[in-house]
Amino acid sequence: MTRETIFNAVLLLGLIAVPTWALIMDQPFTITLATRAVILALAAAGLNIALGIGGLVSLGHAVFFGIGGYAMGILAHHAQSYTAMMQWPFVIEGTKFMPVIWLVACLVAGLIAWVIGILSLRTTGAYFIMITLAFGQMFYYFAVSWSAYGGEDGMSIYVRNDFPGLNTLAPIQFYGLCLTLLVIVLIFTARLRKSPFGLALNAARQVPARLDAVGLNPVRLKLVAFVISGVITGLAGALFADLNRFVSPTMFSWQFSGEIMVLVILGGVGRLFGPVAGAVTFVALEHFLGGLTEFWHIFLGMILLAVVLFARGGITGLVAGKEASHD
Amino acid sequence: MSTILIIEQVLNGLQSGVMLFLMAAGLTLIFGVMGLINLAHGSLYMVGAFAAAAVAGLTGSFVLALIAALAAAALAGAVIETLVIRRLYDSDHLDQVLATFALILIFSEGTRWVFGSFPLFLDIPDALSGPVTLPGGIEYPLYRLALIVAGLLVGIGLWVLIERTRVGIQIRAGENDREMIAALGVDISKLYTLVFALGAALAGLAGALVGAIQSVQVGMGEPVLILAFVVIVIGGIGSIKGAFIGALLVGLTDTLVGIFLPEVLKLFMEAAPATSTGSAIASMSIYILMSLVLIWRPSGLFGARA
Amino acid sequence: MKTLIMATAAAALAAGSAVADVKVGMITTLSGGGASLGIDTRDGFMLAIEAAGRDDIEVVIEDDQRKPDIAVQLADKMIQSEKVDVLTGIVWSNLAMAVVPAATAQGLFYLSTNAAPAQLAGKGCNSNYFAISYQNDNLHEGAGAYAAKEGFKNTFIMAPNYPAGHDSLNGFKRYYEGDLAGEVFTKLGQTDYAAEIAQIRASGADSVFFFLPGGMGISFLKQYADSGVDLPVVGPAFSFDQGILQAVGEAALGVKNSSTWSKDLDNAANAAFVADFQQKYDRLPSIYAAQGFDTANLLLSAMDKADVNDDAAFAEALKSADFASVRGAFSFAANNHPVQNVYVREVIKEGDIYTNKIVGTALESHANAYVDECKM
Repeated sequence: MTRETIFNAVLLLGLIAVPTWALIMDQPFTITLATRAVILALAAAGLNIALGIGGLVSLGHAVFFGIGGYAMGILAHHAQSYTAMMQWPFVIEGTKFMPVIWLVACLVAGLIAWVIGILSLRTTGAYFIMITLAFGQMFYYFAVSWSAYGGEDGMSIYVRNDFPGLNTLAPIQFYGLCLTLLVIVLIFTARLRKSPFGLALNAARQVPARLDAVGLNPVRLKLVAFVISGVITGLAGALFADLNRFVSPTMFSWQFSGEIMVLVILGGVGRLFGPVAGAVTFVALEHFLGGLTEFWHIFLGMILLAVVLFARGGITGLVAGKEASHD
Repeated sequence: MSTILIIEQVLNGLQSGVMLFLMAAGLTLIFGVMGLINLAHGSLYMVGAFAAAAVAGLTGSFVLALIAALAAAALAGAVIETLVIRRLYDSDHLDQVLATFALILIFSEGTRWVFGSFPLFLDIPDALSGPVTLPGGIEYPLYRLALIVAGLLVGIGLWVLIERTRVGIQIRAGENDREMIAALGVDISKLYTLVFALGAALAGLAGALVGAIQSVQVGMGEPVLILAFVVIVIGGIGSIKGAFIGALLVGLTDTLVGIFLPEVLKLFMEAAPATSTGSAIASMSIYILMSLVLIWRPSGLFGARA
Repeated sequence: MKTLIMATAAAALAAGSAVADVKVGMITTLSGGGASLGIDTRDGFMLAIEAAGRDDIEVVIEDDQRKPDIAVQLADKMIQSEKVDVLTGIVWSNLAMAVVPAATAQGLFYLSTNAAPAQLAGKGCNSNYFAISYQNDNLHEGAGAYAAKEGFKNTFIMAPNYPAGHDSLNGFKRYYEGDLAGEVFTKLGQTDYAAEIAQIRASGADSVFFFLPGGMGISFLKQYADSGVDLPVVGPAFSFDQGILQAVGEAALGVKNSSTWSKDLDNAANAAFVADFQQKYDRLPSIYAAQGFDTANLLLSAMDKADVNDDAAFAEALKSADFASVRGAFSFAANNHPVQNVYVREVIKEGDIYTNKIVGTALESHANAYVDECKM
């Protein structure tokens, strides 16, 4: 067992133990905070596939997060107001059934990721960062002026959506659902990295010339990674909307894209549990520093700077040392 | 729609483009020479505006305020270059984005700590206030004309600096071959600090000039920063000429689409939805422009081939 | 009068033993852009709480950073972990829409110090939700009524392209009687209005109405004053508030704005409030501070009458609005939104400080347009 494996196991145990303790002590808000951390970790896990494995520095991942959120918001809005989403050419009804919402969120996020990916992957480096940022701004301004779904005000969903066999309004049950999804995605990511696709993608990031030599198209590989990444972040967006029972254009904002990136880098780029470590740390900082001072952003900024300057590899790197298989 | 209105709107577009150029020039210079993506460039714009407002409040002099803006932004630039940015030149873009994102947080909340949460006051100097009548009977604010002239002068100054002076030769050499200029005995770290401070001073100047007709408040830099990024990406990162053309394109598109699209849409639909749809599309227009340019030319209009 | 006060005090004493402690959760914007509004809300609210000097009320204050998801998270925290009885403090409508419906559905009281969107006044009204400030459209309606009274015939109107902006122009048009020289939606957060000012110049308008809150309004007024266009301007109080007037400066002088409160409103409660606020915080209060102050006093008055755990009785106590408002006559309409005067103020300079003085009344005892839609 490497130190990283032990660190990951401790993290996972913590994600089970802390909410259990909170349940026993009757501290439901701690569970809500943990749910937030898990969902943000899921969003960051999505970005980590594009960023960590594919080397795609996307400053527009809030697009997929927002799409996931709006998929939930729009479907649930129509379900709770008993109006159809579309009358023609065929009737589409809203729904409050989570699996369907997730499916729609993933499909739409994937589709948009594919389109954005095709256009953006024509560029590289700084241009790629900026064009993804521009797509994010486009969606943001679109959502702000989309008055049918609340515009800048966003939309409130009065009751959390349903999952068969669960009472999703109970914090611990919703938490369990989110944690399960996170674990599934992490297992998927782990297998993806070991798969021929993952290895080829890793090579596309590090030595693109070698891929050309064996006849693989690095851009196509990156596009697939970008789409998978968008799908996962979209799913996280749908869950985040359900956690807050609310969606708004801020889910599309470039600051949010920046925050997801912060989570990944804080935890350790390309590390399997990096997003988890990053999200847990971020939520904890937000909670405790925010309680101490109005000006907590200054300290958050300094901590981030320290991580970039002195702790390459983020928290995981700090605790577990350099990764053997990478870099 | 009269010709006068159209000319006036074109002037407005030029003016906003020229101010964007001041921001974008520094940004693209820093990227071209040091290969650094600086998200905190908007914070330097804010520093300039706040310094100008503070000094104008104390002394009542707009000239002193501008000098203070230049000095404060250059100083802030030199300090962060020496303390933070310098360590990022060899890192990948990812680290740069994160570190400069962190600097935004520190600058914004730090400014609020020092100056409080209320917007500051900065006014146009008396000599430049009020409108003038241009040939053709167009009434136009004198200050905005002054901004256009100031922006063009700075542009010419930059061109002279880079094409005609010793420092300029070093800067151009730095863009092409870092080892070479180190071998020539130029102190590269001093050159980098200088370039960064120059870019910062330009941002600070833009902040002070624009601050006189806008609101001087925390967070004022971020919207401009994003526009400036759009500009340098359209123009081609690292190209001053590209930044200039890109800035004018963005300024004109942003202004003209916002005015004329709702009017065009009114020909096809009712007034209220036309206004609302038109402004919705207009707010996305520059990003649409940028994606179109990048799809057509992935390294911008004047960028080096990737 | 005196006997009435005695009677109330006696009733309070009698009920005293049964009345439980009240825990208040205040969620407002204390950091980032827009923090000045939240800080004033908090300071006004706490001024009243501290002046009351009671030990049966506790206030927990948290910063929402103007982010809806943070506001929801804080509301969850206050409900689940702090177990508050009453929530208050949100400045922005979009944050209120994220928090209020869920809070009232869980049986809490929500007292709005500012944001009061149409959705919560009409079909989405709730017996546990009270807006102490106004209904969002009120000030725009006041501006429209003023424009009609002044005999403006051809007004150019503009607002940002977002829901509150649309509500604003609709509110203005509800009471305005002339024609529109133009109707423009600007980009949210826009800072340069040269293009719109050129449109105003070309439109042949005889007056301008604008709703541009915060920094947007500062930018517009400075640019408008410098443009040479010399038409009368009217707007809601948001761009003429004590906190931002100093940043607009001379450009705002003489501009008319509609407001439900002003520091020179002539009543005893207001005079005391303005003096105490200045003494404690060393600055002039804003409308947000006034609304925070009124909210706290309303809450205190209801605590004297009923137990917060008895929803119906406490709602009844709140609705009777038995407190001395700094806005003078104050009562609640059927949908728990204020019935109050909307005044017209003019920006003046007092010494070195820019401020407002009342020059007229636009609407008397004004409620709102959504009363009939509300079925409680």
